[in-house]
Amino acid sequence: MATDAHGAAEPGLVFHPMDQFMVKPLFGDGAVGIFTLTNVTLWMALTVAAIFALLVMGTAGRATIPSRTQSIAELAYDFVRKMVEDVAGKDGLKFFPYIMTLFLFILFANMLGLLPMAFTTTSHIAVTAVLAMMVFLTVTIVGFVRHGAGFLSLFWVSSAPLPLRPVLALIEVISYFVRPVSHSIRLAGNMMAGHAVVKVFAAFAPMIVISTGIGLLVTPLSILAIATIYALELLVAFIQAYVFTILTCVYLKDALHPHH
Amino acid sequence: MEGDIVQMGAYIGAGLACMGMGGAAVGVGNVAGNFLAGALRNPSAAGGQTATLFIGIAFAEALGIFSFLVALLLMFAV
Repeated sequence: MATDAHGAAEPGLVFHPMDQFMVKPLFGDGAVGIFTLTNVTLWMALTVAAIFALLVMGTAGRATIPSRTQSIAELAYDFVRKMVEDVAGKDGLKFFPYIMTLFLFILFANMLGLLPMAFTTTSHIAVTAVLAMMVFLTVTIVGFVRHGAGFLSLFWVSSAPLPLRPVLALIEVISYFVRPVSHSIRLAGNMMAGHAVVKVFAAFAPMIVISTGIGLLVTPLSILAIATIYALELLVAFIQAYVFTILTCVYLKDALHPHH
Repeated sequence: MEGDIVQMGAYIGAGLACMGMGGAAVGVGNVAGNFLAGALRNPSAAGGQTATLFIGIAFAEALGIFSFLVALLLMFAV
């Protein structure tokens, strides 16, 4: 994006805060096609490998008294299962494997993206839009398969006064189709913004190389800011995975029980 | 020359669109603050309502995301 915007003559670490989101081929500098191995491919594979290590290898011992890895895996399983049961109800448990997959993939992609020099796959709208469209299509198909045309009663608020219902129906239809947009951009936007802020402060950090006077003030402050924002980002990475999953459960509840 | 003015307008518009995020910030703060006020009155009932809290925050935040989307569209699509 900005590699040609600044010369190599400037001292210190000079980079653009959005450089980290560039999709690059892993080998060589060729064009990126459908089958090119890129850093997105690499970090998605690492995400899957990390989930595999936690869930499959971590629980391989099947100990009655669980090891540390096994307890974490069981904790994650119970957490998501309880969330699905509380929000979507008992018949939502049929979709528990799908929701567990979503939660773990997003959580691990967010967390691995926080490693230095890592690439955050969930910061790309292309990635989150696919996840959100999958949820949208699943929910819509499940709703129509379960209830047929009765699913449309989701848009007809029967508790509202009659003259108000057509207006509300219009609003409900719009809000239904806006769901995948807000669902995907919430995750991508939060990830992108947080990482860009860290990189902006990281660009201020080597100020001491350029000028000692200002550097003595700016450099410690920006390193402190990076540490604080990093801690906040750890929280955001978890909360956004949680929010994505719980909204999936809410949409699923609408599909399973569309009557207001 | 004409293209420059269009681009300037797009950039100013993107900046203006970001003011909508302030509204989302007020909304999210309102949700969280009211949750805390209610939770301190009845702490025993607060634990079961964390999911509702996050759903409320997510819905309030969604409208701020639309302003972010408008800013992105103005920056990269117009």
